[in-house]
Amino acid sequence: MTVQEVGSPRKRSEDARLITGRTRWTDNMTPAGTLHVAFLRSPYAHARIANLDTSQAKRSPGVVAVFTGQDLAEEQGSLPCAWVVTEDMKHPDHPSMAVTEVRYVGEPVACVVARDKASAVDALEEIDADYEPLSAVVDMEAALADGADLVHEDLGTNKSYTWVFENGDLDAAMRDAPVVIERRYVQQRLIPTAMEPRSVLCVPDGDEFTLYSATQIPHILRLMLATVTEIPEHRIRVVAPDVGGGFGSKLQVYGEEVIALLLARRLGRPVKWTETRSEGNMTVHHGRDQIQRLTLAAERDGRIRGLKVDLLADMGAYLMLVTPGIPLLGAFMFNGIYKMDALSFTCTGVFTTKVPTDAYRGAGRPEATFAIERLMDELAAELGIDPIEVRRHNWIKHEEFPYETIAGLTYDSGNYEAATDKALELFEYDKLRAEQADRRERQDPVQLGIGVSTFTEMCGLAPSRVLGSLSYGAGGWEHAAVRVLPSGKVEVVTGSSAHGQGHETAWAQITADRLGVPFEDVKVLHGDTAISHKGMDTYGSRSLTVGGVALFAACEKVVDKARTVAAHLLEASEQDLEFTGGRFSVRGVQQEGKTLQEIALAAFAAHDLPDGIEPSLDSDATFDPDNFSFPHGTHLCAAEVDTETGMVKLRKYVAVDDVGKVVNPLIVEGQVHGGLAQGIAQALYEEAVYDADGNLTTTTMADYLIPSAKDLPTFTTDRTETPATSNPMGVKGVGEAGTIASTPAVVNAIVDALRPHGVKDVPMPCTPERVWLALRGESKAAVDTSAQPGAGGGLGSAGGDQ
Amino acid sequence: MPRIRVEVDGATYEDDVEPRLLLVHYLRERLGKVGTPVGCDTSNCGACTVLMDGMSVKSCSVLAVQADGRDVTTVEGLGVNGVPHPMQRAFHEEHALQCGYCTPGMIMASLDLLREDPDPSEDEVREGLEGNLCRCTGYQNIVKAVRRAASEMREPAGQEVTP
Amino acid sequence: MIPATFDYVRPASLDDAVTALSDAGEDAKVLAGGQSLMPLLRMRLAIPDALIDLDRVGGLREIRDAGDAIVIGAMATHYQVIRDPLVREHAPLVAETTETVADPAVRHRGTFGGSLAHADPAGDLPAVALALDAVFLVRSVRGEREIPASEFFVDWMTSAMEPDELLVGVRLPKLGAGWGVHYEKFHRTAQAWAIVGVACAVRRSGDGIEDARVALTNMGPAPVRAGAVEVAVKGGPASEDAFRTAAAQAAAGTEPPADLHGSPEYRTHLATVLTARALAAAAG
Repeated sequence: MTVQEVGSPRKRSEDARLITGRTRWTDNMTPAGTLHVAFLRSPYAHARIANLDTSQAKRSPGVVAVFTGQDLAEEQGSLPCAWVVTEDMKHPDHPSMAVTEVRYVGEPVACVVARDKASAVDALEEIDADYEPLSAVVDMEAALADGADLVHEDLGTNKSYTWVFENGDLDAAMRDAPVVIERRYVQQRLIPTAMEPRSVLCVPDGDEFTLYSATQIPHILRLMLATVTEIPEHRIRVVAPDVGGGFGSKLQVYGEEVIALLLARRLGRPVKWTETRSEGNMTVHHGRDQIQRLTLAAERDGRIRGLKVDLLADMGAYLMLVTPGIPLLGAFMFNGIYKMDALSFTCTGVFTTKVPTDAYRGAGRPEATFAIERLMDELAAELGIDPIEVRRHNWIKHEEFPYETIAGLTYDSGNYEAATDKALELFEYDKLRAEQADRRERQDPVQLGIGVSTFTEMCGLAPSRVLGSLSYGAGGWEHAAVRVLPSGKVEVVTGSSAHGQGHETAWAQITADRLGVPFEDVKVLHGDTAISHKGMDTYGSRSLTVGGVALFAACEKVVDKARTVAAHLLEASEQDLEFTGGRFSVRGVQQEGKTLQEIALAAFAAHDLPDGIEPSLDSDATFDPDNFSFPHGTHLCAAEVDTETGMVKLRKYVAVDDVGKVVNPLIVEGQVHGGLAQGIAQALYEEAVYDADGNLTTTTMADYLIPSAKDLPTFTTDRTETPATSNPMGVKGVGEAGTIASTPAVVNAIVDALRPHGVKDVPMPCTPERVWLALRGESKAAVDTSAQPGAGGGLGSAGGDQ
Repeated sequence: MPRIRVEVDGATYEDDVEPRLLLVHYLRERLGKVGTPVGCDTSNCGACTVLMDGMSVKSCSVLAVQADGRDVTTVEGLGVNGVPHPMQRAFHEEHALQCGYCTPGMIMASLDLLREDPDPSEDEVREGLEGNLCRCTGYQNIVKAVRRAASEMREPAGQEVTP
Repeated sequence: MIPATFDYVRPASLDDAVTALSDAGEDAKVLAGGQSLMPLLRMRLAIPDALIDLDRVGGLREIRDAGDAIVIGAMATHYQVIRDPLVREHAPLVAETTETVADPAVRHRGTFGGSLAHADPAGDLPAVALALDAVFLVRSVRGEREIPASEFFVDWMTSAMEPDELLVGVRLPKLGAGWGVHYEKFHRTAQAWAIVGVACAVRRSGDGIEDARVALTNMGPAPVRAGAVEVAVKGGPASEDAFRTAAAQAAAGTEPPADLHGSPEYRTHLATVLTARALAAAAG
């Protein structure tokens, strides 16, 4: 009998190559003859390209070719947007390299191809570029005003779309409501900042191309590259080798990928481009960036009547792969875990002269969760009720599942009471509340605040029919194939494309259990369209809940087929066979049996198979979920706020998550830790800042503050386990939960600390200065235009003598 | 072009290099030592950390010419005969990596930390690794891994410890 | 990114170094530890014609006793400074502050002299040098001269050194007995630059303060001495109230910059709070 793999903290098999530096990052590959690409990028947020003279650059040493957007205008097509959210959505052309006009700083206008990177970069300085500057459009609200400068003159407006969802009678809910809370929250712009910068290598072979890219979506990328370039799909192979994180930023079809393919076709040699961090900060799609206007109506006892949500979502200059749909992924989450009579959601997508936004860890749901969880704390404060109690009063009780929410989703399972009780105990909630009271009493300059976030989210993207109803361009299924080799070893092919998640380990655990083979006998293959021909890739916490379930089903098919063969070989009826520990035996006659390996060999030899059975046990399955996955949990944060300086220090963080059945608790805990770090970073540290002229002022890691080990607390994490009923494994997604839950927990804690000072909100990121301003009753504009080169540090640090 | 002589992971190399060539590019592009990655251009992220004469440096902030006559150890030079170094093992045991891009630098910085302090507290580990950014793990398991490795490396004999 | 091309000179002696610097002209840069310079080269924010690498110049890493002062060689690394017994004994404020500079790997390469010559107003060490009345020992083919800290930091990233001059060392008067020191650094993340920093040394006598030195980081285009604070605390009691009162004048006469992390008003406020804290910590 093999050990139970699913549920055990198996150490990852991926690690061996990662800890020894034997990793296959895209930039590690340089086939003989590789040419290197560097891009000339717009220094203006908005300008007409008056002149691009590349003649000097073409003569630069080592340079093989130079192309402008104009040079490739006929073949570069328009970068795809797969989510046309309304019939009248404005959807401008998006050339990979700008042809006539640039609309954000960093937009590529030309590229140099050279024998080495240094020559390519040197030659960029030889390109003579003239621009006629146009007005930058930075502020969303101003962009919608009459007479505003336009990002796309031909569209006649900066509005891309307005999308509405309504359920219940909001007017009735708002009418005479005893408690009405109105707030305006800003979700700042974030830069996803995967540690591995983007990189693409395209290797031509006649009229066929292998494109290696640091991407989350090899399958989607292949289809889109074929669509954009009109190179037939079967002539393109996309490989996502080892990929160093994505967090949504590599869920994209980037212009640089298209250009690499076109250059490889034109030049007939491998071409490679790897971004620098400062280049990436300007040009990798950003995340969040919403203005939320919220109205919550409630009874005096705390019961919620209804919620009105009015969003402005910054699209940036163009619509990329799923840009317009990201805020809509939050549409169904503003009600959180709560019951209410009415919900109204309106979202307007706005063009600005900034890099486009798109998916960033959580994608729509963090924004919604932030809004409702902040509002719940505000409601509690308004009513003088404990924030836990006001939540208890409104949340769906465990016996009420499955529950159809006001947003029209059916939450299959959950137990908010259990997760909350556990979190409160781990947190020592009452003790910290007592300390808070004491500090308030003493007027301690360092105040203590407690923040609550009882969240759920919809993930496991996604039921194809739902995506269809939302006008998304593709389905949400996933594929898995199981190949039982003649020796009894097993290869698993998955359409998910891991980039740090640990699929190679978790998928082997699932397979080992289902087939009764040793963990070590399973090899998981992914991230190569030549190996895995079918897949929807990795994002939206979908890998396990869709791809893992597909694998589960494929394994079942292998066992079913093996049972037929075994019955034949054992001369028994299938009904009399039992399958345990990887061996079929006749019930009650343990000594007579066939292992899966023996059956695999027999199926391979095919000398004696039952009629109608094809050789080999190979099977595959495609799983299309009936429903989303709804992980949930309760996060509690204690923050110390220095009221003299505004500095916030996290004192304690407890996260109790319910992600259903767990395949690998080690991996789950790691996902939660990393998610927390990113959610906390949104609350405290990170912001992509554009100045009034549309220049990104946070282009480097010296300016865009990623927290280090020293900046984060030790987390206390635990789980409750309420199996999902929407899939046979009972699993739920976990990749984004920590990020979604933690941001409001932190901000709630800060506001809670300062509430006796009259503070009701601190805009994110809650920098010391913003906390200080909030204490003075002032606020600082979300877009800060005051950065001047006169300040020291960061990359203001040009010059100096030694 | 200056000629340099560098020991890298136990092998000696002599090369003519452009003065502007960064050590990390020398390692990756001239020596094929691609185990050391590049994550930023401002020496913030620490992904490219290697040991030079036994001390951690960010190889993106050192010119190859400055490594002339020095001894460089990268993550590829750790371990003996295919047996991973205790620090590498600890990162695996404690699930201290996810995408793994920061891991080579994190491991090298951790080794430097233990050279200074063979038994660091949790806070000392966090402070010692402030120059290395990770976007996946939230650092908690990295801290555990370093302390685990520290404990194993303090154990007398039995295990080969390099460098 | 990749630096633009430059000539590289690695002199073996100080004479060779100053000659090379003189020969190279205005567009040369001196390479000390390179930890500030290298990112600027990579981003092509600095495009020098030549780099003069001091790495192999003998004697510049020495830290020595000079009677009533210590002299820290310009090429002494931060790592070396933090651990040096002379520094720890006679200039503990330098050791304490240096521990807050950047991170361990950067401190292995980065140098004391390089940080000061860089004259970044957000750098931590310039304020310390100013507070301690350091004297900068400078050399060129034209000879040697000494520049007091009060005259060394001229403007944003600009020191009083001429283009052909090289910083060879910094003389720090020994503080002597009875002094307490503290550097109060305020920054958003461990890697971030100081929004404001306060370098502080006070000499206590019983319950009173006999002498005080206070200088501020990032409160102007160059580090500034908070003279009004020093005057206010001198001769007064070593009490939190006294420190707060004195610190209220910390920002007097400063021109704090605006950047992503703080407005001039916020920096002004921080300077007062942090100065009071620094005084209290230094007074122990």
